[in-house]
Amino acid sequence: MSAVGLRPKSPVERVMASHAGLVFVFFYAPILLLVVFSFNDNSNVGIWTEPSLRWYREVFASAPVMNAVRNSLIVAAISTVVSTVLGTTTALALERFRFRGQRVYDGLVYLPIIIPDVTMAVMMLLFFAQTFTMLEGAVGWSPSFGLGTISLSHIAFNISFVAVVVRARLGQLDPRLEEAAADLYAGRWQAFRRVTLPLILPGVLGGALLALTLSLDDVVVTSFVAGPGATTLPVYVFGLVRRGVTPLINAVSTVMLLASMVLIAVSLGLQRGAGSKVIAAAAPDGDATL
Amino acid sequence: MTAPPDTTETARPELEAASRRAEARRGFLIALPSWFYLMLFFAVPLVIVFVYSFGTRTSTGRTTLSDLNLDSYRRLWDPLVGQIALRSLTLAVATTVICLLVSYPFAYFIATRRPVVRNLLLVLVMIPFWSNFLVRTYAWKVLLGSDGPLSQLSQALGGEPIRLLFTNTAVLIGLVYGFMPFMVLPLYAALERMDWSLVEAARDLYADGWTAFRKVTWPLSRPGVVAGSILVFIPALGAYVTPAILGGARTTLLGDYIVSQFLAARNQPFGAALSFGLMAVMLAATVVYFRSGAKNL
Repeated sequence: MSAVGLRPKSPVERVMASHAGLVFVFFYAPILLLVVFSFNDNSNVGIWTEPSLRWYREVFASAPVMNAVRNSLIVAAISTVVSTVLGTTTALALERFRFRGQRVYDGLVYLPIIIPDVTMAVMMLLFFAQTFTMLEGAVGWSPSFGLGTISLSHIAFNISFVAVVVRARLGQLDPRLEEAAADLYAGRWQAFRRVTLPLILPGVLGGALLALTLSLDDVVVTSFVAGPGATTLPVYVFGLVRRGVTPLINAVSTVMLLASMVLIAVSLGLQRGAGSKVIAAAAPDGDATL
Repeated sequence: MTAPPDTTETARPELEAASRRAEARRGFLIALPSWFYLMLFFAVPLVIVFVYSFGTRTSTGRTTLSDLNLDSYRRLWDPLVGQIALRSLTLAVATTVICLLVSYPFAYFIATRRPVVRNLLLVLVMIPFWSNFLVRTYAWKVLLGSDGPLSQLSQALGGEPIRLLFTNTAVLIGLVYGFMPFMVLPLYAALERMDWSLVEAARDLYADGWTAFRKVTWPLSRPGVVAGSILVFIPALGAYVTPAILGGARTTLLGDYIVSQFLAARNQPFGAALSFGLMAVMLAATVVYFRSGAKNL
């Protein structure tokens, strides 16, 4: 955290540098502590005895944990793919076109971001319960709460986040690039695939990763719409945390932290990769196929 | 919000109008799938909660909609609800103020570094932000426990054991920790975009550092302050996970109160009315804040 400046270090600068250092300690100390204690052999969380991988062995041998991991991954994969496609089309429609009812639609898209988790959860629970009761009455059969209802709910809040991220990227884009493509006799679709899409790709990937993270993170909405036997990892861990502190949670948490580190690394790598692809696409003989 | 690119240049107005209509149709078709999805899985559920809030809870814990009434909304004026709402509001405001006070100099520091250092520091801010919220909150449960590391450290130094867990203070710490990045990032964005030559100009005109900050930097960073405050205040007001993990029986907040109305008390109409009350406060706060922010800009 060295203060770099052309002028000599002023007292204000020094105070700000140490303040920044303290904020980073505040950000990282709890996380690091959790990781350290996950390697502790003691059954009591707070008291250090000796290092061991005992809790990790228990995590990977635990059927409920592994089942929850599987459920989380299925839901995250489905909701990320669907919400990325729908969010991107939303962003395109709002940013590049004018149509009737657009302002109402614009408001509708932002609402899921503003609405609190708890309200969203309540909405989805009542909606599915009501729909299933009606289906039961109409055709004598109804689906049940489970991975399906979880995925549908995650998509509902993820579309908005993807749309906002992609729209920000589209807003920075010069519309003349598309016009130039059209002048060169590219069709609307061709111009999109060869020019717009490669240029907004970092935004689309950023949106997709945000959706993935939100889906893997969600506790409140998921616990409302999860049926019996369809628990995701955060909901399972939340149950463990509420029942009491066991070192098993430290190990699960560390694995979850590791997973998000990998996600960040992938995100940074992909965006860099996407950047070079854009350059390749912009080159005269570059192949823009993705 | 730029105008749609006019790709066809035609001299004849009727052709132009036709192409505009075609564009509008295309835009509508592109929006249609997500519009349909949000209508079915967002707007309809919202309407259902609204209707439920006028329903009546039957003795079996089900909800009947045959006799719509305002009973659940009347219950919002119950002193118990007022107490919980006041506690939630106080904690959300305190969280926002603390986040702002801590984040401003921090974001300022990052925004004034060299680009390489700046990006590195930003990634360091993002890492905890991207990691699971539940895990981050749980880490504080370990830290603040009465036999946790902080308490042990305090006792080793000859102090009292720390008994913060399950108090409002613990919830406040958890909220600040959980939502601080929402404040840092908009503040950073506003400060980074700022034209620093304006500050230099102020200094050239003999403003001291503090005056230059008060008259130039602060007003220019206001959009970041407004955005950050809303982004922290709204989730803090409706928080559920943080009070559920770090709070105790006497620290019920609106978020967990709504959940308990649905899952434990099985009073869906009252829970629905509470949800709408919470949303009304949030929307009001957003509008008021934007108004006041716009006036001072």
